[in-house]
Amino acid sequence: MNVVVCVKQIPDPAVPGALELENHTLVREGKLIMDDSDSYGVEMGLQLVEAAGGGEVCLLSMAPNNETSGLRNALAIGASRAVLVSDPILAGSDALGTAKVLAAVVRRVAPDLVLAATESTDGYTGTTPVQVAELLGWPSVSFASHVEVVDGLLRVRRQTEAGYDEVTCPLPAVVTVLAGVVEPRYPSFKGIVAAKCKPVEELTVTDLGLDPAGIGFAGARQQVISVEAVEARQSGEIVVDEGEAHQRVISFLEQLKIL
Amino acid sequence: MGKVWILAEQRDGVPAAIVFELATAARKLGYVVEAVSWGPGSAGTAPVLAQLGCTKLYDLGDIGSSLPGPKVAAAVSSMVGVEYRPDAIYIGATYDGRDIAARLSARLDLPVLTNIVGLEVVGDSLVTQHAIFGGSQLLRARLSGAIPGIFVIRSKSFAAEPLATDQEAAKLQVVAVEVPDTGASDAAKIVARHEEEQTGPTLNEAAVVVSGGRGLGSLENYALVAELAQLLHGAPGASRAIVAAGWVPYALQVGQTGKTVKPTVYIACGISGATQHMVGMKSAKNIIAINKDREAPIFSIADLGVVGDVTKVIPKLIEEIKARR
Repeated sequence: MNVVVCVKQIPDPAVPGALELENHTLVREGKLIMDDSDSYGVEMGLQLVEAAGGGEVCLLSMAPNNETSGLRNALAIGASRAVLVSDPILAGSDALGTAKVLAAVVRRVAPDLVLAATESTDGYTGTTPVQVAELLGWPSVSFASHVEVVDGLLRVRRQTEAGYDEVTCPLPAVVTVLAGVVEPRYPSFKGIVAAKCKPVEELTVTDLGLDPAGIGFAGARQQVISVEAVEARQSGEIVVDEGEAHQRVISFLEQLKIL
Repeated sequence: MGKVWILAEQRDGVPAAIVFELATAARKLGYVVEAVSWGPGSAGTAPVLAQLGCTKLYDLGDIGSSLPGPKVAAAVSSMVGVEYRPDAIYIGATYDGRDIAARLSARLDLPVLTNIVGLEVVGDSLVTQHAIFGGSQLLRARLSGAIPGIFVIRSKSFAAEPLATDQEAAKLQVVAVEVPDTGASDAAKIVARHEEEQTGPTLNEAAVVVSGGRGLGSLENYALVAELAQLLHGAPGASRAIVAAGWVPYALQVGQTGKTVKPTVYIACGISGATQHMVGMKSAKNIIAINKDREAPIFSIADLGVVGDVTKVIPKLIEEIKARR
């Protein structure tokens, strides 16, 4: 069972985000970390490989500037290797441009399964993994809360508006994993040391034989006209509970005719 | 006049709430509105869609046990460019809607714009509005020559209004559309459906939503949230943190990945107010927050903030409300 897990390296979400003035892309300065949403896919990939009794988890990431700091932790907890597509042309890529690059790498690696998060924490477009599936002509199951492989067939619980569907799907396939559905493991000291020696293959857009016209700013075909601050909701009254604050909540609900 | 296609997700002939919003949004900008529907009972949506001003229903019919993504995307992309080319395709930001949008974008080699919360016509181009950074900033964008625009629209971004009673419902023509062969991409099949028990109003429609977060401390304390919601004839909700911790099912999650709610009053119990969560509830008319941490971001948007232990405040609230009955 060979699994590719798509991971995005993003600026620390605890630091307030900002946009570049000139072209309105997200500022990605400073140290990048792996998007927390992707840690569940990495863990699920490791569990599926273990359950299959063989194979590997290969990380797949894309960045305009050789960034690998966000991959180390995933390598330390058990991913075998990583492929990083790094090329200045990638800057400004939209979801479809990103999907074209990822699909090209998936074709090279030829895994049984591609896992990804349902959406990234910084851009949250939430369409890239299924675009990858369509470009590859593969089936996909999105919003998975549970994944197992039975007799070579994926069995997935897929979130729905009212509950969940049980879905079966042959391999190869793309699955997007909901945040929090597995408990990501922590790296051991040995794992951290070993991660330093694990291979990270770097590829350019040209290596992948892709047309640069469909990627980066050139391929995005979207113009940002303006960005403005939304009038912030004002904070109202604050009551510190000393045993009677519930009375204020009651009178507030009365004012609204809820009570 | 331009044309917009809306994707009409439905169940047993009843369009999903978002469909009313999509149709209203397109109609109010002066577009001819045509709908695409699928699944058992899809043709049954025709009268409602006519009331919403749609002039055509492209009916894909039953798609069996397939997930909608591949089949609906294949059918819609086969319709584009042959006879008609709409200016935009409006798709609700639902689980199925996002799949369809992604596959449609790849098939048509066109960009997809998501998280749309507003639309306007400026000059002769359609401008999309996107809430970014948890809704603190509004970004306006326009497609450069990529027609049709594939637009994924967040629920509750537009009012849902049928035509006025004195306006005649549109003459709606139903066109059967054959789904092209989707090959291996359609190999995922639904083998069973599970629905979680629902008592009381749904999160979407409830006037009162009471949500719980990590500050509750334990799964047992979520019962307090559920009881308060029930007493107020509201719906219980949850933050991503406690859904991820397995305390409550995903169906209750409010926020970016979950539901967007717009109730009369939203009561956040032990929720700190991560961006992820606020995006789904900041449009509530009134917000009450109860949290131990005075510095919690949720207080910055609350109309009434109670700094205190939820496990002490809620039982007193429950007792007081019961005493009034």
